[in-house]
Amino acid sequence: MPHRLELTGITKAFPGVLANDNVSFSVKPGEIHALLGENGAGKSTLVKMIYGIMQPDAGSIAWDGEVVTVANPKAARKLGVGMVFQHFSLFEALTVLENIALGMDAKIPSRELEARIRAVMTQYGLLLDPHRTVATLSVGERQRIEIVRALLLDPKLLIMDEPTSVLTPQEVEQLFEVLRKLAAQGCSILYISHKLHEIKALCDTATILRGGKLVDTCDPKQETSRSMAEKMIGAGLKDIVRAEGRALGKPKLVVSRLKTEKAGHFDVPVDDVSFTVKAGEIFGIAGVAGNGQNALLDALSGEIRSDDKDAITIDGYGIGLLDTTGRRKRGLCAVPEERNGHAAVGDFTLSDNSILTARDRLGMVMMGLINSGAAKTYTGKVIADFAVKALGPASTAGSLSGGNLQKYIMGREILQKPSVLVVSQPTWGVDAGAAAAIHQALVDLAAAGSAIVVISQDLDELRALCDTLAVINMGHLSQARPVGDVTIEEIGLLMGGVHGAEAHDAIPA
Amino acid sequence: MTPELLVAIIVTVVGASTPILIAALGELIVEKSGVLNLGVEGMMLVGAITAFVIVFVTGNHYLAILLAAAAGVATSLIFGFLTLSLSANQTATGLALTIFGTGFSALAGQGYSARPVTLLGPLFPAEIATHPMWRVLFGYSALVYFALIMVVAVWFFLKRTRAGLILRAVGENDLSAHSIGYSVIGVRYLAVMFGGAMAGIAGACFPLLLTPQWAERMTAGRGWIAVALVVFASWKPFRLLAGAYLFGLVVTMELYAKAGGGPLSAIPSELWAALPYLATVVVLVLISIRRDASTNAPACLGKPFLPAN
Repeated sequence: MPHRLELTGITKAFPGVLANDNVSFSVKPGEIHALLGENGAGKSTLVKMIYGIMQPDAGSIAWDGEVVTVANPKAARKLGVGMVFQHFSLFEALTVLENIALGMDAKIPSRELEARIRAVMTQYGLLLDPHRTVATLSVGERQRIEIVRALLLDPKLLIMDEPTSVLTPQEVEQLFEVLRKLAAQGCSILYISHKLHEIKALCDTATILRGGKLVDTCDPKQETSRSMAEKMIGAGLKDIVRAEGRALGKPKLVVSRLKTEKAGHFDVPVDDVSFTVKAGEIFGIAGVAGNGQNALLDALSGEIRSDDKDAITIDGYGIGLLDTTGRRKRGLCAVPEERNGHAAVGDFTLSDNSILTARDRLGMVMMGLINSGAAKTYTGKVIADFAVKALGPASTAGSLSGGNLQKYIMGREILQKPSVLVVSQPTWGVDAGAAAAIHQALVDLAAAGSAIVVISQDLDELRALCDTLAVINMGHLSQARPVGDVTIEEIGLLMGGVHGAEAHDAIPA
Repeated sequence: MTPELLVAIIVTVVGASTPILIAALGELIVEKSGVLNLGVEGMMLVGAITAFVIVFVTGNHYLAILLAAAAGVATSLIFGFLTLSLSANQTATGLALTIFGTGFSALAGQGYSARPVTLLGPLFPAEIATHPMWRVLFGYSALVYFALIMVVAVWFFLKRTRAGLILRAVGENDLSAHSIGYSVIGVRYLAVMFGGAMAGIAGACFPLLLTPQWAERMTAGRGWIAVALVVFASWKPFRLLAGAYLFGLVVTMELYAKAGGGPLSAIPSELWAALPYLATVVVLVLISIRRDASTNAPACLGKPFLPAN
């Protein structure tokens, strides 16, 4: 049987960069094939050529044994290539049905389309109400729209570009079931990710790219996450280095009976949350997304102020009534989950973004006048220390890739040497090498005597990083436990299945 | 109140509402495509002077309406070229268009003031509307029926047709629509031209339906009310209908209060003149306070389309 897809010597150059250099690999029918690599390794460029968005400079693409030219996405869809993008191109104010109709090349009467959508959804267990407005759907549900849209075309090859970076663990599991079902029916899947444990769980083959070149093809089930990560970054993976025999200091951040009001339909407030973080301690908060993490971060950062001065104290000083600026002056810095638009202003330069959070702590504003030289110097230091791929302090935040922006934001806060740092999803969408660097920086900050709170959905990250772990579920925080004393099963139980159960709602008729 | 008076009031209300309704329906389509054209008032004035001159010269009302629509399209294309092809700021360009339309119509209308023309008569023969009650249904000119048909047509177009879906998609997320393969600029040009045609026809209503003569700035800010109506009606055609008729009702109350004496005539005329605008905005604000209003706003409204490559 011929290969479903075979790439031979694919080369693509952009001004100044060789994005793909003589890449060859093939995908069999029904195979789940991982495409692995760090940010900028050339994965996206490669699949864009398969999907007809770009044309290769050299090399050939063969489909079912015949060499083809994929002139545009429409031609790709005609061959049977479906693609689910990392950033969804959905219309929020329109319904699921309308969104899917817009993406179809053929004009299908809406009644017939709806019947076909329902058939696909039932077949693969992708539950969605076609008449819901997209704005009311979760990220996982939005992704299902994209998948349904791709499946309606009966694809023979489905390309998934980092599909799980925004999903909860339950949603990831559901997605994997769909993909396995598809593969069993003979559809090939090209799966782009840098989450190695997922690739081990899902994929049959992994092709690893580094710097545009194919460096290895392996069977992920025979590899360890570590060995694949090392192939990706081309060097030994650094372990987190901790100082030996380090003792935790006095309680630094004390949160007692913190609560927030329900702010909107989708908001989960926190209720009666108490915990203590000592100097030098990294305190992890696990939990499935949407269990009050956002409210907790806002309540700690000062975006939501408490009406009790002593609900939050630093070194015994009550900061509950202060706003974000006041808390920053007192030494509490925070990194929210959403980087573009919340942690950084996309249209501002990195230098201006530095001023936004570091102005008071680092004296960037004197008598109302901005000291732009200081901001520039500081931003340059962040870029250098955290290996941010940016042209310089004058690049806009929005021009950086997600991983690089995250590195910049983490660096911007860590280099301010806050005495308390609260971060949400510190390494979301960041590749293994950069994640290790961010982890090390957090550990070093703690070693210097800061108290750190890490809110994350990634249990591996929390277990590697934290001294103490607690779980947030429906706005309540569990008792904190030393990370060595708690098993992954216990954490799983504490996380509860409350949100997972909701995802199994039947399709409304 | 006699039945005859009631009928007369209703007929006046419907007439006074019609230009606002037509202009607002056009602007609704323009805004749904993601473009904010504040030049409605200017395009209406260009339509009004065009219609007046054509009727004055030829006496043909339907030709006047047609050419008023064409004049509106031509004016809207100035806006379209600047904002869509050259990505100029839509707010500033729209304001400039109104100033242009006001000045142009005043210039073109020199020498035409205080020269009477005939109004456009009812569409149906007088025999059908002999009984006063029938006048409520059959006593209007073609422009009134046109406005009502367009309410349904605009609603149907947006909700039930593929072209309407594409138009909404372009206004909702221009970059996504572009990446799927729709021509954002093309769709917006068509929408802006439709808005221009409707504004031109709305302008034609003034000399053909309301006051059979030309007066500078005779649209008296109704174009602005049309723009405001679209927002407060949450971009929904049937709410637009309600808002426009409410405006017409208050305008008519003013006329009858002045004429009829009594307690209502004690209200100063300046307040009466402002009242339709106030009442319409207040009522529609109250309606649009509900949460669904914000989600109905086109997300790309007023933003120029700048694809990455």
